Amino acid sequence: MQFDAIVIGGSHGSFDVLMNLFASLPRSDMPPIFVVIHIPRDSTQDFVTHFNTRCGCRMVEIEDKQVPEGDRVYLAPGGYHALLERDRRLSLSSDEPVNHAQPSIDVLFESAAVAYGNRLLAVLLTGASSDGAAGMARIDALGGTTIVQDPTTARSPVMPKAALALIRPDHLVAPDVLADTIRDLVSGAQPRGMMHGDG
Amino acid sequence: MIDPDVLKIETDLVVTALHQRYGLDFRQYSRASLERRLQGLVEKLALDHVTDLIPRLLHEPGFVDRMVNGIAVNVTEPFRDPECFAAIREHVFPVLRTYPYFKIWHAGCASGEEVYSMAIMLREAGLLDRAQIYATDINTDALARARDGIYTSEAIARGEKNYLAAGGTGQLADYVLQQYGSARFANSLRDNMVFSQHNVVSDEVFGEMVLVLCRNVLIYFERDLQNRVVDLFHRSLAHRGFVALGAKESMTHLASGSDFECLDRHARLYRAV
Ligand SMILES: C[S@@+](CC[C@H](N)C(=O)[O-])C[C@H]1O[C@@H](n2cnc3c(N)ncnc32)[C@H](O)[C@@H]1O
Repeated sequence: MQFDAIVIGGSHGSFDVLMNLFASLPRSDMPPIFVVIHIPRDSTQDFVTHFNTRCGCRMVEIEDKQVPEGDRVYLAPGGYHALLERDRRLSLSSDEPVNHAQPSIDVLFESAAVAYGNRLLAVLLTGASSDGAAGMARIDALGGTTIVQDPTTARSPVMPKAALALIRPDHLVAPDVLADTIRDLVSGAQPRGMMHGDG
Repeated sequence: MIDPDVLKIETDLVVTALHQRYGLDFRQYSRASLERRLQGLVEKLALDHVTDLIPRLLHEPGFVDRMVNGIAVNVTEPFRDPECFAAIREHVFPVLRTYPYFKIWHAGCASGEEVYSMAIMLREAGLLDRAQIYATDINTDALARARDGIYTSEAIARGEKNYLAAGGTGQLADYVLQQYGSARFANSLRDNMVFSQHNVVSDEVFGEMVLVLCRNVLIYFERDLQNRVVDLFHRSLAHRGFVALGAKESMTHLASGSDFECLDRHARLYRAV
Protein backbone atom coordinates (compact mmCIF):
# COMPACT_ATOMS: atom_id res chain seq x y z
CA MET A 1 0.00 0.00 0.00
CA GLN A 2 1.29 3.46 -0.89
CA PHE A 3 -0.51 5.25 1.91
CA ASP A 4 -1.10 4.70 5.59
CA ALA A 5 -4.14 6.97 5.70
CA ILE A 6 -6.53 9.01 3.60
CA VAL A 7 -8.10 12.25 4.78
CA ILE A 8 -11.11 13.76 3.07
CA GLY A 9 -12.66 17.16 3.67
CA GLY A 10 -15.70 18.73 2.15
CA SER A 11 -18.62 20.97 2.87
CA HIS A 12 -21.53 22.29 0.87
CA GLY A 13 -22.30 19.84 -1.94
CA SER A 14 -19.90 17.15 -0.74
CA PHE A 15 -22.49 14.78 0.64
CA ASP A 16 -23.44 13.42 -2.79
CA VAL A 17 -19.81 13.19 -3.84
CA LEU A 18 -19.05 11.16 -0.74
CA MET A 19 -22.07 8.91 -1.24
CA ASN A 20 -20.80 7.96 -4.70
CA LEU A 21 -17.25 7.66 -3.50
CA PHE A 22 -17.96 5.32 -0.60
CA ALA A 23 -20.24 3.21 -2.77
CA SER A 24 -17.38 2.66 -5.24
CA LEU A 25 -14.21 2.40 -3.15
CA PRO A 26 -12.79 -1.09 -2.57
CA ARG A 27 -13.83 -2.74 0.69
CA SER A 28 -10.47 -4.29 1.46
CA ASP A 29 -6.77 -3.42 1.32
CA MET A 30 -7.59 0.17 2.10
CA PRO A 31 -5.92 2.35 4.72
CA PRO A 32 -8.13 4.10 7.29
CA ILE A 33 -10.08 7.02 5.83
CA PHE A 34 -10.75 10.08 8.01
CA VAL A 35 -13.55 12.38 6.96
CA VAL A 36 -14.46 15.89 8.03
CA ILE A 37 -17.62 17.41 6.65
CA HIS A 38 -19.32 20.35 8.27
CA ILE A 39 -22.14 18.56 10.00
CA PRO A 40 -24.19 19.95 12.86
CA ARG A 41 -23.89 18.70 16.41
CA ASP A 42 -25.89 15.64 17.37
CA SER A 43 -26.28 14.58 13.74
CA THR A 44 -23.18 12.40 13.54
CA GLN A 45 -24.84 9.07 14.13
CA ASP A 46 -27.50 9.84 11.53
CA PHE A 47 -24.79 10.47 8.95
CA VAL A 48 -22.93 7.32 9.91
CA THR A 49 -26.06 5.20 9.61
CA HIS A 50 -26.97 6.82 6.34
CA PHE A 51 -23.57 6.21 4.74
CA ASN A 52 -23.41 2.65 6.02
CA THR A 53 -26.83 1.63 4.82
CA ARG A 54 -26.70 3.46 1.51
CA CYS A 55 -23.06 2.85 0.55
CA GLY A 56 -22.27 -0.35 2.39
CA CYS A 57 -19.12 1.18 3.80
CA ARG A 58 -17.81 0.57 7.30
CA MET A 59 -18.09 4.01 8.79
CA VAL A 60 -17.83 4.80 12.46
CA GLU A 61 -17.87 8.02 14.41
CA ILE A 62 -14.42 9.11 15.58
CA GLU A 63 -13.88 8.44 19.26
CA ASP A 64 -11.31 10.04 21.50
CA LYS A 65 -7.98 8.12 21.67
CA GLN A 66 -9.17 5.55 19.15
CA VAL A 67 -6.58 3.50 17.25
CA PRO A 68 -7.58 3.58 13.58
CA GLU A 69 -7.80 0.42 11.46
CA GLY A 70 -7.73 -0.16 7.74
CA ASP A 71 -10.85 -0.70 5.62
CA ARG A 72 -12.79 1.66 7.83
CA VAL A 73 -14.09 5.17 7.44
CA TYR A 74 -13.92 7.53 10.44
CA LEU A 75 -16.27 10.47 10.55
CA ALA A 76 -15.46 13.49 12.73
CA PRO A 77 -18.38 14.21 15.07
CA GLY A 78 -20.26 17.49 14.79
CA GLY A 79 -19.42 19.98 17.52
CA TYR A 80 -15.86 18.70 18.09
CA HIS A 81 -12.57 18.90 16.28
CA ALA A 82 -10.86 15.64 15.39
CA LEU A 83 -7.07 15.40 15.39
CA LEU A 84 -4.45 12.78 14.68
CA GLU A 85 -1.64 12.38 17.18
CA ARG A 86 1.93 11.58 16.21
CA ASP A 87 1.38 7.99 17.36
CA ARG A 88 -1.55 7.92 14.90
CA ARG A 89 -4.26 7.73 17.46
CA LEU A 90 -7.27 9.96 17.10
CA SER A 91 -8.24 12.58 19.61
CA LEU A 92 -11.10 15.01 19.93
CA SER A 93 -11.08 18.56 21.16
CA SER A 94 -13.72 21.02 22.20
CA ASP A 95 -11.78 24.11 21.09
CA GLU A 96 -13.36 27.13 19.45
CA PRO A 97 -14.56 26.71 15.87
CA VAL A 98 -11.83 27.18 13.26
CA ASN A 99 -12.87 28.89 10.01
CA HIS A 100 -16.33 29.02 11.64
CA ALA A 101 -16.36 25.24 11.53
CA GLN A 102 -16.38 22.54 14.17
CA PRO A 103 -15.19 20.05 13.12
CA SER A 104 -12.70 21.93 10.99
CA ILE A 105 -10.96 20.35 8.02
CA ASP A 106 -7.79 22.33 8.70
CA VAL A 107 -7.53 20.97 12.23
CA LEU A 108 -7.72 17.36 11.05
CA PHE A 109 -5.53 17.89 7.98
CA GLU A 110 -2.75 19.83 9.72
CA SER A 111 -2.46 17.19 12.44
CA ALA A 112 -2.65 14.34 9.91
CA ALA A 113 0.14 15.96 7.89
CA VAL A 114 2.41 15.67 10.91
CA ALA A 115 1.26 12.18 11.87
CA TYR A 116 1.56 10.64 8.39
CA GLY A 117 4.00 12.76 6.40
CA ASN A 118 4.43 11.37 2.88
CA ARG A 119 2.25 8.35 3.72
CA LEU A 120 -0.87 10.51 3.54
CA LEU A 121 -3.36 10.94 0.72
CA ALA A 122 -5.59 14.00 1.08
CA VAL A 123 -8.77 14.90 -0.77
CA LEU A 124 -10.51 18.28 -0.68
CA LEU A 125 -13.98 18.50 -2.17
CA THR A 126 -16.63 21.08 -2.90
CA GLY A 127 -17.51 23.59 -0.21
CA ALA A 128 -18.50 27.17 0.44
CA SER A 129 -15.69 28.14 2.81
CA SER A 130 -11.91 28.15 2.69
CA ASP A 131 -11.59 25.57 5.46
CA GLY A 132 -9.12 22.87 4.40
CA ALA A 133 -6.86 25.03 2.25
CA ALA A 134 -4.24 25.59 4.96
CA GLY A 135 -4.41 21.91 5.82
CA MET A 136 -3.80 20.91 2.22
CA ALA A 137 -0.82 23.25 2.09
CA ARG A 138 0.62 21.64 5.20
CA ILE A 139 0.08 18.15 3.81
CA ASP A 140 1.69 19.16 0.54
CA ALA A 141 4.68 20.68 2.35
CA LEU A 142 5.21 17.54 4.41
CA GLY A 143 5.22 15.25 1.39
CA GLY A 144 1.66 13.99 1.30
CA THR A 145 -0.25 13.46 -1.94
CA THR A 146 -3.07 15.90 -2.68
CA ILE A 147 -6.26 15.58 -4.68
CA VAL A 148 -8.52 18.58 -5.19
CA GLN A 149 -11.95 18.42 -6.75
CA ASP A 150 -11.99 20.35 -10.01
CA PRO A 151 -13.80 23.58 -9.03
CA THR A 152 -15.69 23.58 -12.33
CA THR A 153 -17.40 20.37 -11.14
CA ALA A 154 -18.04 21.64 -7.61
CA ARG A 155 -21.44 22.72 -6.36
CA SER A 156 -19.50 25.31 -4.33
CA PRO A 157 -16.11 26.10 -5.82
CA VAL A 158 -14.88 28.27 -2.93
CA MET A 159 -13.21 25.44 -1.03
CA PRO A 160 -11.26 23.83 -3.88
CA LYS A 161 -10.34 27.25 -5.23
CA ALA A 162 -8.95 28.32 -1.85
CA ALA A 163 -6.71 25.26 -1.89
CA LEU A 164 -5.65 25.88 -5.48
CA ALA A 165 -4.59 29.37 -4.46
CA LEU A 166 -2.07 27.82 -2.07
CA ILE A 167 -0.88 24.66 -3.76
CA ARG A 168 -0.60 22.87 -7.06
CA PRO A 169 -2.33 19.61 -6.18
CA ASP A 170 -0.98 16.30 -7.45
CA HIS A 171 -4.39 15.55 -8.96
CA LEU A 172 -7.30 17.73 -9.94
CA VAL A 173 -10.29 15.50 -10.55
CA ALA A 174 -14.00 15.41 -11.25
CA PRO A 175 -16.18 13.46 -8.80
CA ASP A 176 -16.89 10.64 -11.27
CA VAL A 177 -13.23 9.62 -11.44
CA LEU A 178 -12.43 10.24 -7.80
CA ALA A 179 -12.94 6.66 -6.62
CA ASP A 180 -10.76 5.27 -9.43
CA THR A 181 -8.06 7.84 -8.77
CA ILE A 182 -7.94 6.96 -5.08
CA ARG A 183 -7.98 3.23 -5.75
CA ASP A 184 -5.13 3.48 -8.24
CA LEU A 185 -3.06 5.68 -5.98
CA VAL A 186 -3.56 3.37 -3.02
CA SER A 187 -2.63 0.27 -5.01
CA GLY A 188 0.35 2.00 -6.59
CA ALA A 189 -1.01 1.82 -10.14
CA GLN A 190 -0.73 4.85 -12.42
CA PRO A 191 -3.92 6.78 -11.66
CA ARG A 192 -6.41 7.29 -14.45
CA GLY A 193 -7.74 10.54 -12.99
CA MET A 194 -6.82 13.68 -14.86
CA MET A 195 -3.32 14.64 -13.91
CA HIS A 196 -2.36 18.11 -12.97
CA GLY A 197 0.90 19.64 -14.07
CA ASP A 198 3.78 17.23 -14.40
CA GLY A 199 2.34 14.74 -11.80
CA MET B 1 6.03 26.51 7.82
CA ILE B 2 7.44 24.96 10.92
CA ASP B 3 9.16 21.58 10.80
CA PRO B 4 7.13 19.10 12.90
CA ASP B 5 10.23 17.67 14.57
CA VAL B 6 11.29 21.14 15.64
CA LEU B 7 7.79 21.89 16.90
CA LYS B 8 7.88 18.73 18.98
CA ILE B 9 11.17 19.74 20.60
CA GLU B 10 9.91 23.26 21.23
CA THR B 11 6.71 21.96 22.79
CA ASP B 12 8.69 19.60 25.02
CA LEU B 13 10.84 22.51 26.19
CA VAL B 14 7.86 24.70 27.05
CA VAL B 15 6.18 21.81 28.86
CA THR B 16 9.39 21.21 30.80
CA ALA B 17 9.64 24.88 31.79
CA LEU B 18 6.03 24.91 32.99
CA HIS B 19 6.60 21.77 34.99
CA GLN B 20 9.97 22.49 36.52
CA ARG B 21 9.35 26.14 37.34
CA TYR B 22 5.67 26.10 38.25
CA GLY B 23 4.79 22.46 38.88
CA LEU B 24 2.23 22.72 36.09
CA ASP B 25 2.17 19.34 34.46
CA PHE B 26 1.08 19.31 30.83
CA ARG B 27 3.29 16.34 29.99
CA GLN B 28 0.35 14.05 29.42
CA TYR B 29 -1.92 16.41 27.57
CA SER B 30 -2.81 15.25 24.07
CA ARG B 31 -0.06 16.70 21.95
CA ALA B 32 -1.83 17.59 18.72
CA SER B 33 -4.19 19.97 20.45
CA LEU B 34 -1.51 21.33 22.81
CA GLU B 35 0.76 22.15 19.87
CA ARG B 36 -2.10 23.97 18.17
CA ARG B 37 -2.76 26.00 21.30
CA LEU B 38 0.89 26.94 21.72
CA GLN B 39 1.15 27.98 18.09
CA GLY B 40 -2.02 30.04 18.50
CA LEU B 41 -0.54 31.74 21.54
CA VAL B 42 2.67 32.51 19.68
CA GLU B 43 0.64 34.10 16.91
CA LYS B 44 -1.50 36.10 19.33
CA LEU B 45 1.54 37.45 21.13
CA ALA B 46 3.25 38.19 17.80
CA LEU B 47 6.24 36.00 18.69
CA ASP B 48 8.33 34.06 16.19
CA HIS B 49 8.77 30.70 17.85
CA VAL B 50 7.14 28.52 20.47
CA THR B 51 10.40 28.65 22.41
CA ASP B 52 10.05 32.45 22.60
CA LEU B 53 7.47 31.70 25.28
CA ILE B 54 10.17 30.29 27.55
CA PRO B 55 12.09 33.45 28.52
CA ARG B 56 8.84 35.24 29.27
CA LEU B 57 7.62 32.26 31.23
CA LEU B 58 10.78 32.18 33.32
CA HIS B 59 11.40 35.89 33.77
CA GLU B 60 8.14 37.80 33.43
CA PRO B 61 5.97 37.83 36.55
CA GLY B 62 2.41 36.76 35.87
CA PHE B 63 3.10 35.48 32.39
CA VAL B 64 2.51 31.90 33.48
CA ASP B 65 -1.17 32.66 34.14
CA ARG B 66 -1.57 34.20 30.72
CA MET B 67 -0.01 31.12 29.26
CA VAL B 68 -2.16 28.64 31.11
CA ASN B 69 -5.22 30.69 30.25
CA GLY B 70 -4.14 30.58 26.63
CA ILE B 71 -3.56 26.85 26.60
CA ALA B 72 -6.63 25.72 28.54
CA VAL B 73 -9.62 25.78 26.25
CA ASN B 74 -12.82 26.94 27.85
CA VAL B 75 -15.54 26.66 25.29
CA THR B 76 -18.83 25.93 27.00
CA GLU B 77 -22.50 26.96 27.13
CA PRO B 78 -25.55 26.73 29.39
CA PHE B 79 -27.04 23.23 29.64
CA ARG B 80 -24.50 21.89 27.16
CA ASP B 81 -25.49 18.37 26.15
CA PRO B 82 -28.86 18.52 27.87
CA GLU B 83 -29.18 14.72 28.01
CA CYS B 84 -26.48 14.80 30.69
CA PHE B 85 -28.61 17.05 32.88
CA ALA B 86 -31.73 15.00 32.18
CA ALA B 87 -29.90 11.84 33.22
CA ILE B 88 -28.65 13.49 36.41
CA ARG B 89 -32.19 14.53 37.21
CA GLU B 90 -33.40 10.99 36.66
CA HIS B 91 -30.65 8.99 38.37
CA VAL B 92 -28.94 11.31 40.82
CA PHE B 93 -31.68 13.56 42.19
CA PRO B 94 -33.59 10.72 43.90
CA VAL B 95 -30.38 9.90 45.77
CA LEU B 96 -29.72 13.55 46.61
CA ARG B 97 -33.15 13.69 48.23
CA THR B 98 -31.98 11.16 50.81
CA TYR B 99 -29.20 13.52 52.00
CA PRO B 100 -29.82 16.47 54.33
CA TYR B 101 -26.71 18.06 52.86
CA PHE B 102 -24.49 17.12 49.92
CA LYS B 103 -21.52 18.29 47.87
CA ILE B 104 -21.21 18.58 44.09
CA TRP B 105 -17.96 19.25 42.27
CA HIS B 106 -17.64 20.76 38.80
CA ALA B 107 -14.05 19.97 37.79
CA GLY B 108 -13.03 22.05 34.77
CA CYS B 109 -16.05 24.34 35.08
CA ALA B 110 -14.61 26.87 32.60
CA SER B 111 -16.68 30.07 32.61
CA GLY B 112 -19.32 28.46 34.78
CA GLU B 113 -22.38 28.02 32.58
CA GLU B 114 -22.52 24.38 33.61
CA VAL B 115 -22.48 25.34 37.30
CA TYR B 116 -25.42 27.73 37.02
CA SER B 117 -27.26 25.21 34.89
CA MET B 118 -26.90 22.63 37.63
CA ALA B 119 -27.97 25.11 40.31
CA ILE B 120 -31.11 25.90 38.32
CA MET B 121 -31.99 22.22 38.10
CA LEU B 122 -31.39 21.79 41.80
CA ARG B 123 -33.54 24.83 42.53
CA GLU B 124 -36.39 23.49 40.44
CA ALA B 125 -36.18 20.19 42.30
CA GLY B 126 -36.15 21.99 45.67
CA LEU B 127 -32.65 20.71 46.40
CA LEU B 128 -30.47 23.77 46.02
CA ASP B 129 -30.57 24.71 49.71
CA ARG B 130 -28.97 21.43 50.65
CA ALA B 131 -26.18 21.71 48.15
CA GLN B 132 -22.60 22.84 48.52
CA ILE B 133 -21.26 23.38 45.00
CA TYR B 134 -17.54 23.48 44.25
CA ALA B 135 -16.54 24.83 40.86
CA THR B 136 -12.89 24.54 39.93
CA ASP B 137 -10.63 25.08 36.96
CA ILE B 138 -6.98 25.84 36.26
CA ASN B 139 -7.87 28.78 34.07
CA THR B 140 -8.07 31.90 36.27
CA ASP B 141 -9.72 34.04 33.57
CA ALA B 142 -12.45 31.50 33.14
CA LEU B 143 -12.89 31.17 36.90
CA ALA B 144 -13.27 34.94 37.24
CA ARG B 145 -16.01 34.90 34.63
CA ALA B 146 -17.65 31.96 36.37
CA ARG B 147 -17.63 33.87 39.66
CA ASP B 148 -19.21 36.91 38.00
CA GLY B 149 -21.86 34.80 36.34
CA ILE B 150 -22.34 37.39 33.60
CA TYR B 151 -22.94 36.17 30.06
CA THR B 152 -24.20 37.68 26.86
CA SER B 153 -27.95 37.83 26.44
CA GLU B 154 -27.53 35.83 23.23
CA ALA B 155 -25.78 33.01 25.07
CA ILE B 156 -28.69 32.82 27.49
CA ALA B 157 -31.20 32.95 24.64
CA ARG B 158 -29.37 30.14 22.85
CA GLY B 159 -29.44 28.15 26.08
CA GLU B 160 -33.25 28.13 26.29
CA LYS B 161 -33.61 25.14 23.98
CA ASN B 162 -31.08 23.08 25.90
CA TYR B 163 -32.66 24.10 29.19
CA LEU B 164 -36.00 22.72 28.04
CA ALA B 165 -34.38 19.57 26.65
CA ALA B 166 -32.77 19.07 30.06
CA GLY B 167 -36.24 19.08 31.59
CA GLY B 168 -36.40 22.70 32.70
CA THR B 169 -39.88 23.77 33.75
CA GLY B 170 -39.67 27.54 33.28
CA GLN B 171 -37.40 29.73 31.23
CA LEU B 172 -33.68 30.25 31.53
CA ALA B 173 -34.39 33.98 31.30
CA ASP B 174 -36.29 33.74 34.61
CA TYR B 175 -32.99 33.19 36.37
CA VAL B 176 -31.04 36.11 34.99
CA LEU B 177 -31.09 39.86 35.39
CA GLN B 178 -30.77 41.52 32.02
CA GLN B 179 -28.48 44.51 31.98
CA TYR B 180 -27.29 46.29 28.83
CA GLY B 181 -27.07 43.28 26.55
CA SER B 182 -25.61 41.06 29.20
CA ALA B 183 -27.31 38.74 31.62
CA ARG B 184 -26.29 38.01 35.19
CA PHE B 185 -27.45 34.91 37.00
CA ALA B 186 -29.46 35.67 40.13
CA ASN B 187 -27.56 35.89 43.40
CA SER B 188 -29.88 33.38 45.01
CA LEU B 189 -28.42 30.70 42.72
CA ARG B 190 -24.89 31.27 43.90
CA ASP B 191 -25.30 31.29 47.69
CA ASN B 192 -23.78 27.83 48.01
CA MET B 193 -21.18 28.07 45.28
CA VAL B 194 -17.44 28.16 45.88
CA PHE B 195 -15.11 28.92 42.97
CA SER B 196 -11.44 28.06 43.26
CA GLN B 197 -8.41 27.11 41.26
CA HIS B 198 -7.74 23.38 41.23
CA ASN B 199 -5.64 21.31 38.88
CA VAL B 200 -7.03 17.80 38.42
CA VAL B 201 -3.60 16.62 37.27
CA SER B 202 -1.70 17.51 40.42
CA ASP B 203 -4.03 18.69 43.18
CA GLU B 204 -5.68 16.39 45.65
CA VAL B 205 -9.13 15.42 46.77
CA PHE B 206 -10.79 18.15 48.83
CA GLY B 207 -14.13 16.84 50.00
CA GLU B 208 -16.63 14.03 49.85
CA MET B 209 -18.73 14.54 46.76
CA VAL B 210 -21.98 12.89 45.84
CA LEU B 211 -21.59 14.01 42.25
CA VAL B 212 -18.57 15.04 40.20
CA LEU B 213 -19.09 16.63 36.80
CA CYS B 214 -16.00 16.69 34.66
CA ARG B 215 -17.05 17.25 31.09
CA ASN B 216 -14.88 17.89 28.06
CA VAL B 217 -11.71 17.95 30.09
CA LEU B 218 -10.52 14.33 29.79
CA ILE B 219 -10.42 14.55 25.98
CA TYR B 220 -7.41 16.83 26.38
CA PHE B 221 -5.51 14.12 28.24
CA GLU B 222 -3.65 10.99 27.21
CA ARG B 223 -5.08 7.69 28.39
CA ASP B 224 -2.78 7.31 31.40
CA LEU B 225 -3.73 10.71 32.69
CA GLN B 226 -7.43 10.07 32.04
CA ASN B 227 -7.01 7.00 34.16
CA ARG B 228 -5.38 8.85 37.02
CA VAL B 229 -7.96 11.63 36.99
CA VAL B 230 -10.87 9.21 37.04
CA ASP B 231 -9.16 7.58 39.99
CA LEU B 232 -8.96 10.98 41.70
CA PHE B 233 -12.70 11.35 41.22
CA HIS B 234 -13.28 7.90 42.64
CA ARG B 235 -11.32 8.82 45.74
CA SER B 236 -13.25 12.05 46.14
CA LEU B 237 -16.66 10.42 45.99
CA ALA B 238 -18.96 9.47 48.81
CA HIS B 239 -20.12 5.84 48.87
CA ARG B 240 -21.90 5.07 45.57
CA GLY B 241 -21.29 8.56 44.27
CA PHE B 242 -21.77 9.66 40.66
CA VAL B 243 -19.52 10.96 37.88
CA ALA B 244 -20.74 12.74 34.75
CA LEU B 245 -18.36 12.96 31.78
CA GLY B 246 -18.58 14.85 28.50
CA ALA B 247 -20.57 13.56 25.54
CA LYS B 248 -17.46 12.14 23.84
CA GLU B 249 -15.73 10.83 26.95
CA SER B 250 -16.06 7.43 28.48
CA MET B 251 -14.64 5.10 31.10
CA THR B 252 -14.86 2.09 28.80
CA HIS B 253 -11.15 1.92 28.04
CA LEU B 254 -9.90 3.02 31.44
CA ALA B 255 -8.64 0.65 34.14
CA SER B 256 -10.00 3.01 36.78
CA GLY B 257 -13.37 2.69 35.06
CA SER B 258 -13.78 -0.74 36.65
CA ASP B 259 -14.66 1.10 39.88
CA PHE B 260 -17.80 2.39 38.16
CA GLU B 261 -20.97 1.17 36.55
CA CYS B 262 -22.45 3.01 33.61
CA LEU B 263 -25.95 4.30 34.32
CA ASP B 264 -26.59 5.97 31.00
CA ARG B 265 -24.29 5.26 28.08
CA HIS B 266 -25.50 8.14 25.97
CA ALA B 267 -25.40 10.69 28.78
CA ARG B 268 -22.04 9.34 30.04
CA LEU B 269 -23.26 9.08 33.61
CA TYR B 270 -21.40 6.70 35.93
CA ARG B 271 -21.80 5.51 39.50
CA ALA B 272 -19.17 4.12 41.86
CA VAL B 273 -19.79 0.46 42.68
C1 LIG C 1 -13.80 22.63 27.10
S1 LIG C 1 -13.83 23.23 28.73
C2 LIG C 1 -15.18 22.35 29.42
C3 LIG C 1 -16.14 23.23 30.19
C4 LIG C 1 -17.40 22.54 30.67
N1 LIG C 1 -17.12 21.52 31.66
C5 LIG C 1 -18.17 21.97 29.50
O1 LIG C 1 -18.20 20.75 29.34
O2 LIG C 1 -18.76 22.73 28.74
C6 LIG C 1 -12.40 22.48 29.46
C7 LIG C 1 -11.97 23.13 30.77
O3 LIG C 1 -11.02 22.27 31.42
C8 LIG C 1 -10.09 23.10 32.08
N2 LIG C 1 -8.89 22.31 32.38
C9 LIG C 1 -7.92 21.90 31.53
N3 LIG C 1 -6.97 21.24 32.20
C10 LIG C 1 -7.34 21.25 33.52
C11 LIG C 1 -6.76 20.73 34.69
N4 LIG C 1 -5.59 20.10 34.67
N5 LIG C 1 -7.42 20.91 35.86
C12 LIG C 1 -8.59 21.57 35.90
N6 LIG C 1 -9.20 22.08 34.81
C13 LIG C 1 -8.57 21.93 33.63
C14 LIG C 1 -9.88 24.22 31.08
O4 LIG C 1 -9.31 25.36 31.69
C15 LIG C 1 -11.29 24.46 30.57
O5 LIG C 1 -11.93 25.45 31.30
